[in-house]
Amino acid sequence: MSAETVVSIRNLSKTFGRAGVTALQDIELDIARGDFVSLIGPSGCGKSTLLRIVGDIIEPTSGDVTVNGKPARRARLDRDYGIVFQAPVLYDWRTVAKNIGLPLEMLGWDRARRQDRVGEMLHLVELESFADHHPWQLSGGMQQRVSIARALSFDPALLLMDEPFGALDEMTRERLNLELLRIWSETGSTVIFVTHSIQEAVFLSTRVAVMSARPGRITGIVDVDLPQPRTAQTREEPRFFELVTEVRERLHAVGADQVVEEATLT
Amino acid sequence: MTSLAEPVPRGTLRSVGRRSRDWLPAVAVFALGIVAWQWVIPDVFHVERFLLPRFSAVISAFWHERGTLWSAGWFTFKEALAGFALGCSLAFLVGLALSRWKRVGRALMPYAIAANAVPIIAFAPITNAWFGLLSPWSKIVIAAILCFLPVLVNTLRGLTSVDPESIELMRSYAASEISVYRRLRIPSSLPFVFTALKVACVLAMIGAVVGDYFGGSTEALGIQIQSSVSLSQFETAWAAILVASILGIAFYAIVAVAERLALSWHPSVRGTAE
Repeated sequence: MSAETVVSIRNLSKTFGRAGVTALQDIELDIARGDFVSLIGPSGCGKSTLLRIVGDIIEPTSGDVTVNGKPARRARLDRDYGIVFQAPVLYDWRTVAKNIGLPLEMLGWDRARRQDRVGEMLHLVELESFADHHPWQLSGGMQQRVSIARALSFDPALLLMDEPFGALDEMTRERLNLELLRIWSETGSTVIFVTHSIQEAVFLSTRVAVMSARPGRITGIVDVDLPQPRTAQTREEPRFFELVTEVRERLHAVGADQVVEEATLT
Repeated sequence: MTSLAEPVPRGTLRSVGRRSRDWLPAVAVFALGIVAWQWVIPDVFHVERFLLPRFSAVISAFWHERGTLWSAGWFTFKEALAGFALGCSLAFLVGLALSRWKRVGRALMPYAIAANAVPIIAFAPITNAWFGLLSPWSKIVIAAILCFLPVLVNTLRGLTSVDPESIELMRSYAASEISVYRRLRIPSSLPFVFTALKVACVLAMIGAVVGDYFGGSTEALGIQIQSSVSLSQFETAWAAILVASILGIAFYAIVAVAERLALSWHPSVRGTAE
């Protein structure tokens, strides 16, 4: 394993229940420092499960996950993870500033240091004037920005994002995509990003891992060689469309039956 | 940008105007009730004094006996308050324990829910026997038992119905169990707990007053009501009931205000305050 590898997944499988439903099978994946890796696949391919196993929220049935050379559990205890869910998961009784400062409190930072960092984070997600608001006074997009600021506040080695923009409208989603890329380039974080959207995966990522369902497997990796920094124009470049097509074809090639199945269901 | 979530400035005068319009029907009903009590019931329906004395007679008894009645009311209110404090805090602690040790919780919960349906006030003569007729403890304990179950059931529901992703978030921070309770479970249980506290304060007053009916100190309000009735001083009995009602409503109002303060962050509180 090179020194630059942040996440290393080996031989990982996960079965649920006594019936032994296989959610994930033989997953192998290495993620380098500063990488932005998207997991994409049909519903039920286990991409959220994989994310949660990397974050040691659930345990694998077999196989290993190491983060910064440590087992996932050790990495969690060392607070190496920042997590963003599809729902913002903000605590209603805390103001925006106190929500962002929550992980810092748990790390035992003193008040002054917390305030400084929360101020920086509010600036980063451009919500300075909302510090003293409660989450339910904010729009969905703003809430998700608070959630991202909270995840980044303690500078975790790895940012895990589980369809963070899935519940937002298309306009907000595209704006937050750009904002996330800006934050990513400013902080240099390593990101694992679960999504349903091919365009979003290609636009954001340095690599896209395509997954198939039943059992969940990684069936291919698409390297996204679009230049950095990416802008709104990136979405209009021919290379962007080529890559979108490539990811789409891979999805269909491996999961054609599921795609058809889903199409007939709807 | 900022104006998006800024609270809308309210025209104070207009809101008072709107308030008075909102309150007017309720005030009218109150006035009609008093008129009915004072004149319609005794003069039109010829309801006898021992069934329901006139409003003015009750008020007059209330005024003449005010010293005795308020000191009796205060005596009983203190019993109710002590029972409320004892029962609710015990219920909260047991709720914490049962949410932590879920197996025990699962084993005990069916009984707690069944016991919630038992008319606990039926035990009042028993607590009188246990703690002594004249001891305030016999009333405090019956009030505490009445408060215990609703608060326990709601606390447990509040502590355990936390959304799973909030827990996952805490897990990702390697949060200690105490920290999960302090920062997540307890704050998110408070709306449930306060709902139960509002029920419990009413039950505590019922427990303390009814506890007296089975015997108690002559200083207590329940005994005042009972002895006035047996002496055919119905006006005094009704005046004592009035005192019990005022104290009960005041108790409820205090808990409701505490709820407002403690849950000022809660969308529902903000919503109704507007």
